[in-house]
Amino acid sequence: MSNSNKKYWKGLEQLTNDPEFVKYADKEFPEYLPINGNKQSSDESVEGSSRRDFLKIMGFSVAAASLAACEAPIRKAIPYLNKPEEIDPGVANYYASTFTQGGDYCSIVVKTREGRPIKIQGNKLSKVTNGGVNAQVEASVLSLYDQERLVTPYANGQKTDWESLDKEIKNALAASKNIRIVSNTILSPSTKKAINEFIAAYPGCKHVVYDPDSAYGMVKANQDTFGMGGLPTYDFSKAEVIVSLAADFLGTWITPITFINQYAKRRKLNKVQKEMSRHFQFESNMSLTGSNADYRIPVKASQQGLIAATLYNKLAGKSGKGTLNTSSVDVPFIDKAVDALWKAKGKSLVVSGSNDPDVQSIVNAINQLLGNYGTTIDLNSQVYHRQGSDPEMSQFIDDVAGGRIDAVIFYNANPVYDHPQGGVLKTELKNIALKISTSDRMDETSVLSDFVAPDHHYLESWNDAQPQKGQLSLCQPGITPLFNTRQAQSSFLTWAGADETNFHKFLQKNWQDSYFPESGAQDFENFWNQSLYDGVVELAESTDTEQGSEENDDIGSNEFTIDLNAISSALKSNYHPESTETELVLYQKVGVGTGSQANNPWLQELPDPVSKAVWDNYFTISQKFARENGLSMVEGKTKIATLSVNGISVSAPVLIQPGQAHGTIGLALGYGRKHVGRVAEGLGTDAFPLVDRSTGTLRYEITKGITFEVTTADHQIAQTQTHETFMGRETVIQETILSKYQQDPAAGQFAPKISTWKGDKDKVAPHTVTLWKHHKEKYVNHHWGMAIDLNSCIGCGTCTVACQAENNVPVVGREEVLNRREMHWLRIDRYYSSSDVDSYASLEQAAENPEVTFQPMLCQHCNNAPCETVCPVAATTHSTEGLNQMAYNRCIGTRYCANNCPYKVRRFNWFKYHDNTRFPENSSMNNSLGRMVLNPDVTVRSRGVMEKCTMCVQKIQAGKLVAKSAGRRPTDSDIDTACAIACPSNAIVFGDMNNPESKIAEVLQIKYQDRHKTVEEPRAYTVLQEINVDPNIFYLRKVRNKDDNNA
Amino acid sequence: MPHDKFHYEFMFGTLRPACLSLLSLLLFFLLSLNSVQGQTDSSQVEISPDNTAVAVTSDGTDEAVVAEGEKLFNTNCRACHAVDKKLIGPALAGVYDRRDLDWIKLFIRNSQAVIASGDEYAIDLFEEYNKTVMTPFNLADSEIESILSFIKFEAENVTSAAQTDAGVASTDTGNQAPSSFLSAVLIGLVVVLALILVVLFLIIGFLTKFLQQRDELDEADRDIVNQKFNLTKLVKSPAFVGIVAFVFGILVLKSVIDGLYQVGIQQGYAPKQPIAFSHKLHAGQFEIDCNYCHTGVRKSKSANIPSANICMNCHGQILTESLEIQKIYAAIENDRPIEWVRVHNLPDLAYFNHEQHVKVGDQECQTCHGQIQEMEVVEQFAPLTMGWCISCHKETKVDTKGNAYYDNLVELHAQHSNEPLKVEDIGGLECAKCHY
Repeated sequence: MSNSNKKYWKGLEQLTNDPEFVKYADKEFPEYLPINGNKQSSDESVEGSSRRDFLKIMGFSVAAASLAACEAPIRKAIPYLNKPEEIDPGVANYYASTFTQGGDYCSIVVKTREGRPIKIQGNKLSKVTNGGVNAQVEASVLSLYDQERLVTPYANGQKTDWESLDKEIKNALAASKNIRIVSNTILSPSTKKAINEFIAAYPGCKHVVYDPDSAYGMVKANQDTFGMGGLPTYDFSKAEVIVSLAADFLGTWITPITFINQYAKRRKLNKVQKEMSRHFQFESNMSLTGSNADYRIPVKASQQGLIAATLYNKLAGKSGKGTLNTSSVDVPFIDKAVDALWKAKGKSLVVSGSNDPDVQSIVNAINQLLGNYGTTIDLNSQVYHRQGSDPEMSQFIDDVAGGRIDAVIFYNANPVYDHPQGGVLKTELKNIALKISTSDRMDETSVLSDFVAPDHHYLESWNDAQPQKGQLSLCQPGITPLFNTRQAQSSFLTWAGADETNFHKFLQKNWQDSYFPESGAQDFENFWNQSLYDGVVELAESTDTEQGSEENDDIGSNEFTIDLNAISSALKSNYHPESTETELVLYQKVGVGTGSQANNPWLQELPDPVSKAVWDNYFTISQKFARENGLSMVEGKTKIATLSVNGISVSAPVLIQPGQAHGTIGLALGYGRKHVGRVAEGLGTDAFPLVDRSTGTLRYEITKGITFEVTTADHQIAQTQTHETFMGRETVIQETILSKYQQDPAAGQFAPKISTWKGDKDKVAPHTVTLWKHHKEKYVNHHWGMAIDLNSCIGCGTCTVACQAENNVPVVGREEVLNRREMHWLRIDRYYSSSDVDSYASLEQAAENPEVTFQPMLCQHCNNAPCETVCPVAATTHSTEGLNQMAYNRCIGTRYCANNCPYKVRRFNWFKYHDNTRFPENSSMNNSLGRMVLNPDVTVRSRGVMEKCTMCVQKIQAGKLVAKSAGRRPTDSDIDTACAIACPSNAIVFGDMNNPESKIAEVLQIKYQDRHKTVEEPRAYTVLQEINVDPNIFYLRKVRNKDDNNA
Repeated sequence: MPHDKFHYEFMFGTLRPACLSLLSLLLFFLLSLNSVQGQTDSSQVEISPDNTAVAVTSDGTDEAVVAEGEKLFNTNCRACHAVDKKLIGPALAGVYDRRDLDWIKLFIRNSQAVIASGDEYAIDLFEEYNKTVMTPFNLADSEIESILSFIKFEAENVTSAAQTDAGVASTDTGNQAPSSFLSAVLIGLVVVLALILVVLFLIIGFLTKFLQQRDELDEADRDIVNQKFNLTKLVKSPAFVGIVAFVFGILVLKSVIDGLYQVGIQQGYAPKQPIAFSHKLHAGQFEIDCNYCHTGVRKSKSANIPSANICMNCHGQILTESLEIQKIYAAIENDRPIEWVRVHNLPDLAYFNHEQHVKVGDQECQTCHGQIQEMEVVEQFAPLTMGWCISCHKETKVDTKGNAYYDNLVELHAQHSNEPLKVEDIGGLECAKCHY
């Protein structure tokens, strides 16, 4: 930055300039690492190989090579016996479908090749998710090919077949009186109907719904205040001011894919849109949402309720309404937030991630005061993502313990693991005579079950979903079931003795009866086919019949009721303005979530957006806390700590997290699984038992009775954050604030000048001095480029997983990440920044609550690429379309290119990651089942070659071919990269810069003159402009909606 | 006279080897002259036939006719015929002398009809070439004539090139390479060296004679002067052994390198297939369109081996008793797909797309797969090496007609080049076009 003394840093060790960090910072390939022994460096490999060994190996390889050369292996070509009409080998088919995982929903398009799903994309036709996806949705395709899935039903731990299973279960059910079906939120109306048929057949049956990430507090508050027991729709795109009380709505709260899309709309700036929303975040852990906030205020969890109350009181004071009788808390920027909210009445939004109904009631009251109902919040359009009831689940567990249940069916639910009382269940389940699980694997619950009737993966299933009132979507199979599994709904129907046990037909029938009449379509066949094709159907407002009976049809704002006195006293007892106790805040990671997809290595290796840690969970502690306890952390090397509360103690490593509220500790849920599969077993610590359920709702903040002790045991957390540093060239991040941007759209620009041979006086712009003059003139056909809007990039990491799926990027595992050998082609750099870091004291201050900037970093496809110049074998060259090409087969692995790459985006294959038993984590390449997910159009790279982002050249080539075949020029819809398609905030735009009609030409404001192009968007910059490598990837400067440029 | 002795020894000791080395130099130049000549000849033939071509028609020379003929020859005839050697069909040089024009035209358009008519020459030909049926070509008179012009032109060029190969004299002016500066220089050198050699031999003869007339020579000197050419000694001389060893070494090295380049190349690979399917019968005799079975060829990366249900379209009724067809039935009944042996094995690192080449590029199947319609057992026709791909991309003109994708590119290309737009001009040689 030219205009401030801000300092950017990726990790604390960089900020403090730790000697160990400095030692390794300039070494992308640290040579101190043993190359032979990555896992167990036995004595042999330490000794090194002798000359005789070398000769032996040499002789053997020569002999082997000549033998191998004698006869090529016979390869078979096996065609279909009866080729399905719609499948042409070599041509991808796309099917609209729906991802559901508990209450998480995404409308998707499944890409299949030769009948196997290989990639998930968002469905742009959906009004709910608008074509967005997140990392969990992207990665779910790999879960389909998980080796740990059950291949057949089980009875009492023994393999069985469906017929005998059904017989035994039916007999056992007939003998049972009190039956329970336990599930997470079910979004599918047809599934609910099937369950209702089951309940009708067994009148003693009840359906218990719980959510591992409960939002029951909100549901209850809405019930109390509006009489509407559900969740409303939020519209962040209409909000000018957003205040979030620890709601991680961009990461894990309710339906982040929808929220990201809405939020990003309000964060984009261009010629037309000069205003953006202002976002305040009060939270304890540094969440993904918090790191995107304009003002992030670290507060203790014990203050949350009072902050809500203070906000309410101050706003009520302005509007002259009654206030709460609570002590106010003094946290920075609260008045600013109040003023901003008041100014943006009716165009603001206050949300809270708390599961305390009292806090949520106050939040409702605040939104009511601000007149947000009807504008940014729509109570009439309910969302169904969280339907779980905490008291019902508690009641169920009590019933189990009391021996009052005869039979239970766990429908894709794993409460032994992901419910705080899982431990109780684990010991008490033996009281139940009949336990059935439909889980796809032997998880913590199904190992305790008598019968396991494995369900299909969602990509093998027929299903529907209703995420929101009036919004329906269909799920169709992308592949024939791989194993001898059966859809759980069919199981329910079979056990209920229904006439129609085929769920596909049942579903069709339900649609014919329930939705077809409402749709206004003439012919059901057409309606059904069109719905399948689109994947989504929007029905008129009134046709919502399937969800909960408590719901009112029209909820006006005048029905609002709140008992301020009761809430005041509850808040007083539960919250404290200045608690000195250590507090624990449980959170979910963007990738692993609640752990249901924990065995998915793509998600495990996706760096946490903020901490950049992989394959682990850990206690996040503040810098001050670390200093008080004499802790330090360099290169992830840290200590194990033990936390005890209510007699439960867990151990995990500590991670010093800038921005962590002092006195609070964060710990991620979803880890510490015991029965899930070889990828995730034994990773991290199970935090579910710590969830506080003393108040009737599940509370993820524990504010009392915590003892936290740091042991002397060592641990190293694998973090990617400090790998690939830029060696202090800090202009990589350019930012400004909104007011300056409005005055000068180019504010915050770094326009470097360099000295020439004439000396320092006549400095010139870098692009005027170059050895390569005519590269760009060759781009007559296409000129591929990318624009990444740092303002709307929220750093969620979806693009990283999308890239991994599209480009067959291997998973390297924890050990190799520790060795700095992660393979992601696209990483998201997370920079902390803080002003005035000069003295030691201010340095600590800086780490308390830094600003955060996310920057997706991938091959920049430089026009004057430094890597190309140094390759001794011309394995990396430039194309006439502006791409920096990499020919793997030509690469001999000198790594010169990576050394010469200023962006550190080249990845070296240190090992043969595929078909290698030493990398069991790399499940997409190490077994024949997992390999089905590989993209057949992209080479699986072997050991000893460099690889990097290709701008999805396989997609470029395919798109060009589509256009050529049709005899026209390609358009944006023909060609897009995996990252750009996946980006839920549309921050990444890819296209042909030679095409004036392309989106990228619009975003970058490209002006065309005599075959010369100039990028006129004032926010656009290229990283490291001063070295004039002239990238084809442009970044749009980050603009913060702050009042001054200091943190 | 020690001084003299030294002198003679010096004289003879240096002159003879000098002559030898001159000789070898001369040989070397002659050899390189040959190869240069060969290269210029072939390039001359391929690129710019600016020599006088003798057309069969009375009009005489016409470059355009020859060029047109070359094009037609390459697309239609080249796969089976060469001008100067037998391939699948006879060498075509002199065909215009062997048969008259009308016969040739008839034969090209429908050889089977000519054979059936009882034409003796045609029947002999058919027998000689293992009853290989020549594909009928519906070519116009002018087209056939231009092909013949090309053949004649080509044939004469080859002959004259062969004459040059004999390389006796540089005076063969009938076949001067157009840009033969290098050749001229080399020829000049050869002449100069030959002259020097002659002069040197003369000097030796003269000196020997002179010395023999001298009396004061002692025995040793006389031995030197009168020494006879000794073959055994020459063969045993270190220089000779060294040269032979060197040449041998070079040859071994070259064959090793050539052998290494052949590793993994399966040109001519014709494995036995589980079902003896004959392309000759289906594609050749019955002229079933390739697309009928290879359904992906115009819309997919792979052409697709047909699924058994495509076979059943016909073989549901036809030849149901055949043992080979029974195998298809068995496969369908047992629900076990037929495991064909893959003939064309591109390495995984190379991406090839049939749609691009067949639909967009308008290439014939035969360009890469050879005369598939004449193969009883499919064999790999092309080497499928990168060099083979590249050379085609260097030569092939892009089929831009009526394809709006290329409009702007053609225009831009025309601004700086008179050559037609070739694949290499639009990035067809770049790595990431095939490797990703």
